[in-house]
Amino acid sequence: MQRFVDLTLNGVTNGMIYAVVALALVLIWRSTGVLNFAQGAMAMFTTYIAATLIEHHASYWLAIAVAMGAGAGIGAVAERVIVRRVETGPALNPVIVALGLLVVLEALAGIIWGGSLRSFPAYFSQLGVMVGHSRLAFSYFDLYVVVSIALVLAGLVVLFRFTSLGLRMRASAFAPDVARMLGIRVGRMFTLGWALAGVVGALAGALVAPQLLLSPNYMDAIFIYGFTAAVVGGLQSPLGAVVGGLALGLTLAYVGGYLGSTLEALGALAVLMVVLMARPRGIFTRVGERRV
Amino acid sequence: MTIVASGRTVTSGGCGRRLRLPHQPMLRHLVLALGGALMLFAVTSAVGPYTDYQIGQIGIDAVAIAGLTLLTGTSGQISLGQGAFIMVGAYGAGMLFVHTKLPIVLALSLGVLVSAAAGVLIGLPASRLRGPYLAGMTLALAIGLPAIPVEFASVFGGEQGLTVTPPVPPTGVDPQRWLTWIVLVAVLVMLVLLGNLVRSRFGRAFRAVRDDEVAAAISGISVGRTRMVAFAVSAAAAGLAGGLLGLSTGGVIPDAFSVGLSISLLAGMVLGGTGSILGAWWGAIIIVYAPQWSTTVSSGLGLRQGQSSNLALLFYGLVLIVVILVAPDGIQGRLVRLWELVARRMRGPGAGAGDGGTGSETRAGGGGSADLETEDQETREAAT
Repeated sequence: MQRFVDLTLNGVTNGMIYAVVALALVLIWRSTGVLNFAQGAMAMFTTYIAATLIEHHASYWLAIAVAMGAGAGIGAVAERVIVRRVETGPALNPVIVALGLLVVLEALAGIIWGGSLRSFPAYFSQLGVMVGHSRLAFSYFDLYVVVSIALVLAGLVVLFRFTSLGLRMRASAFAPDVARMLGIRVGRMFTLGWALAGVVGALAGALVAPQLLLSPNYMDAIFIYGFTAAVVGGLQSPLGAVVGGLALGLTLAYVGGYLGSTLEALGALAVLMVVLMARPRGIFTRVGERRV
Repeated sequence: MTIVASGRTVTSGGCGRRLRLPHQPMLRHLVLALGGALMLFAVTSAVGPYTDYQIGQIGIDAVAIAGLTLLTGTSGQISLGQGAFIMVGAYGAGMLFVHTKLPIVLALSLGVLVSAAAGVLIGLPASRLRGPYLAGMTLALAIGLPAIPVEFASVFGGEQGLTVTPPVPPTGVDPQRWLTWIVLVAVLVMLVLLGNLVRSRFGRAFRAVRDDEVAAAISGISVGRTRMVAFAVSAAAAGLAGGLLGLSTGGVIPDAFSVGLSISLLAGMVLGGTGSILGAWWGAIIIVYAPQWSTTVSSGLGLRQGQSSNLALLFYGLVLIVVILVAPDGIQGRLVRLWELVARRMRGPGAGAGDGGTGSETRAGGGGSADLETEDQETREAAT
């Protein structure tokens, strides 16, 4: 029982991280119709920046802030310089270009920071909280992860629901041509969407880094889990991304706990296959019709 | 964007051709393969063992890329899991090499079958998906699969993998050269089969589904099944590459099948020219030599030890971005254009355009090269 509770708690914490990666993917998919394969690599890069700052005695919070700023920068530049040129071409081109970006970022990180593993500080204690005489698999750091991601989610809801900027971004994603006619700078909204996804991704990268070790490809698996969560949620729906993230987090925690931790990535693949066979459009979207 | 997959109306375009290859696809591909075999025989006999080894590697990468290019260029799906299918084929054939005394041909074929079966399994949901979904799913496969031999170490040998003893050459033949010949023969056989497939009913169905699913479905093509067949064929080609890789490197280790392998193959495909089997060779040559060049460059730049692999990675990433932005039809596409330009000049003004008898086996004008003229007149594409 204790083990089950521990795994569940683990699953929720990790699920929140997958949810936030999924959310970053959904942000970009909704606004530009591109699946950002470089999302994980962008987060990896910004986390390396934060780690470097911390090694040079900057405060943890400053480092996180700089990382998020860098995430916004990388996202905006990627959209403006690369992605915008391939959006109108064949559907596979954005995929290939985003993959290229993933590879370039990982290679650059390897060249700049070397291939050896680095640790990333957790700021809060990673020891489980004592309840009675047993130690739960839930630490103050986990609490910090869950709370900060919940805050980000709430912030995004406020942005999209209650601000004029959010309305403009939604309009650009929903009907770019109409939005353009109404005077919205659609291109700028797209860039902003990528920047926002970069910020959210940077947070995810920094939050997941303490439990893993930093290496140029440490976000690969996290990206796959985020992608799986987004697909489970239907790629369109932010709520779906969060629910998908939590569901996947729990599933993988049980797979890792009861079957073997190296099989987690295959567990994600199995979830993906089942969901895509049962409901290719994900669980949270209505089936869209395609006019010919 | 429309395509018309009409019947076999073979028009005799290009009367001014000097070098004439047979029109009948099977014959044509056999002639090309024989020519290629003779050329490779001459080259491999003239060079040393290490170059022989590299030529073998080029052949292996070429067949893996050819599978990928068929999937992406001809059937319009993208897979980041080619490395995973290479691994399936490598372990499939490798287990047979280790535990049985089956002849090489049989072991390799069984490895191909295992890999194709894995392709069908993964292709089940894939057949219903397009674009990024499939890419993400195959990426999950590429990341997840190398865990299996480590997890089930008693069967697959764990991190150390399997050790494959190379075949004994006939007396008087250098062992490495013999190995390379085996590899090249297998590769050429597979490429002929792939080339024929692309020109067959299946290939036309692939292209029809790629260009417009709805139109294809109306014409009576089962879209899902066509996609799955393409996926399985691509996995089969990867499986052969895997079996040959185990044979030529003398072992099968899980580390060799990282995501990086899939990425490098994708870069090779894009660089060589998506949809072209001849382009697969250009891509293969480059990804075999890229690590070597990057070692030279990295020592030239005074980078730390071990940075050359990152430099190669950087090169692949830049290739993926820059080629798509600048020349989406890759090396083969550019060569074909150059050739057509030259041919038109030499034929003089007024000579018929649209005749691309250049000897490239398949140019289906895939991902991003809508303006490529399709060589065979069976499928007409209206450029978007």
